[in-house]
Amino acid sequence: MVWEWFRWLAETKGINLTIFYDDWDGGRFFAGVWTTIHLSTICIILSILIGILGAWLQKSRFRIVRGLVQAYIQFFRNTPPLVQIYFFYFAVDALLSDYMGISGGILGSYGWAVISLSFFAGAFNAEIFRAGIEAVPESTIESAESLGYTNAQIYRYVTLPLAFRVCLPALNGNLINLVKSTTIAYAIAVPETLYVSNQIWSDELNVTEMMYVMWLTYLLLVGALVWVMHRWEKSIRVPGFGRR
Amino acid sequence: MENTRTPWKSYLAMTQTDLPVMKPFQLAPAKPVGEVCLDILSQRRLCLCLLAVLLAWISVDAAIAQSSGGSRPSALETILRWTPLIFFGPSGEVGGFLLNILVSFMAMAIGTFLGLWLGIGQISLIDPVRKASWLVTQIFRNSPWLVLLFFFMLLLPYEVEILGKRYEVPGWAKATFALSLPVMANVSEIVRGAIASLPTGQWESAESLAFSRRQTIWSIILPQCVKRMLPPWMNWYCILTMSTPLISILGVNDSMALTQNVMAAEDRSEILIPLYLWLMSWFFLYSYPIAVLTRRLERRFAVKQ
Repeated sequence: MVWEWFRWLAETKGINLTIFYDDWDGGRFFAGVWTTIHLSTICIILSILIGILGAWLQKSRFRIVRGLVQAYIQFFRNTPPLVQIYFFYFAVDALLSDYMGISGGILGSYGWAVISLSFFAGAFNAEIFRAGIEAVPESTIESAESLGYTNAQIYRYVTLPLAFRVCLPALNGNLINLVKSTTIAYAIAVPETLYVSNQIWSDELNVTEMMYVMWLTYLLLVGALVWVMHRWEKSIRVPGFGRR
Repeated sequence: MENTRTPWKSYLAMTQTDLPVMKPFQLAPAKPVGEVCLDILSQRRLCLCLLAVLLAWISVDAAIAQSSGGSRPSALETILRWTPLIFFGPSGEVGGFLLNILVSFMAMAIGTFLGLWLGIGQISLIDPVRKASWLVTQIFRNSPWLVLLFFFMLLLPYEVEILGKRYEVPGWAKATFALSLPVMANVSEIVRGAIASLPTGQWESAESLAFSRRQTIWSIILPQCVKRMLPPWMNWYCILTMSTPLISILGVNDSMALTQNVMAAEDRSEILIPLYLWLMSWFFLYSYPIAVLTRRLERRFAVKQ
């Protein structure tokens, strides 16, 4: 069996990859990888929703709404994400649970990681979406008007599809960055890949091997995402727009 | 928003493409600091609200301090007392917010230097050099920063021997090196992108003037790239500065680590929120002006090619 080969590797060569022959270590490592994947997925979805809402509110008639959205975006863009996640997990959680009279915090570390990372990436998404919508030229909208489209139809069939295709490269860059940022959840003990790897190398004293395994795992995860997104980007690129 | 419609022909000139279907995509030009401040200040109600919240906090804070019989200082006093420590670090060693800035400077310098060479390597005519540069760039671009920090903090030696003498390698030096690697990879991409965006005519005219390839790159291509590279380079500086608190996880005494020490020492829940906000405001005040300047340069350089 393959597992036996890894045991042999540990015994004779001293390369101790416990995750491949020890059920307990293997179990928690792959649970960690799975946590990274669903944490990333939830944060991607939420951050896109926050981005859409933010881009929409930036067009608001009320100056105060625009000011608040701008303040939100600039605050999250210009403060360190690690401090943000600590702020939510330690300070906001303590305040809210004090206020609501619940002992032991209202959300676990996973919940606060989702909220903090989504707000962080959402701030970038809002700007990206707004720039995409602004890139759709007036003449295209006028043509749609002259063809008898209503405002809602123009938005649905003309503005949004074009805006989406234009801002996809920038959006992908940000989402990939978000997946890389999920490692920050390590700081508040969310059991994702980095955290469980750390546990395993503390227990088994195989720091070097686990370090390489962990790095390779992240490279595979992020690399796969980059590759898929890049293919998608290429396939729906607006022809004749932008450099090459 | 003026109502005048741009004539079709000027779209053609703006997009400079064969199929002028869309305006050029540009990330939102942020308002300059002054304008944002004025925007917020002109919201008298919002300002009054913020002021009221601040005053309420200070008075509640003072009242709580009073009611405890004067035995405990108020939260405001506590925070102000610890501020020098968090900003300058413990006396006699590098630390605190100044260390964050120092690390960001050095990591940026190292990363830019290495990234420039790596970027030039990516357009090399020698196949192995080009492929290796591409691979190194991709590996370090796609690794999470925290993973790189762990990797180099734990696997680099903690002391080195030079000429028979042992020197301890300080944690922040290893952290600086680890942070400079993703910067290197991204600078490499910036350099490659900037070189690729120059018109081929530049290369051809240099060739016709009998410039060698090395001369062409160093005295014709790269000087023209500086303008294109500056805004994204500054953007990466901001991202790097926002990542420096990560070194606190690896046990370096930066402002984040010291803030956590202060919180543990005080053990008072009411100082948590103000202290975190206080720390975040320093980062904000440092990074926001750079971000605004970046956006302004971007807009200025975008107009003419």
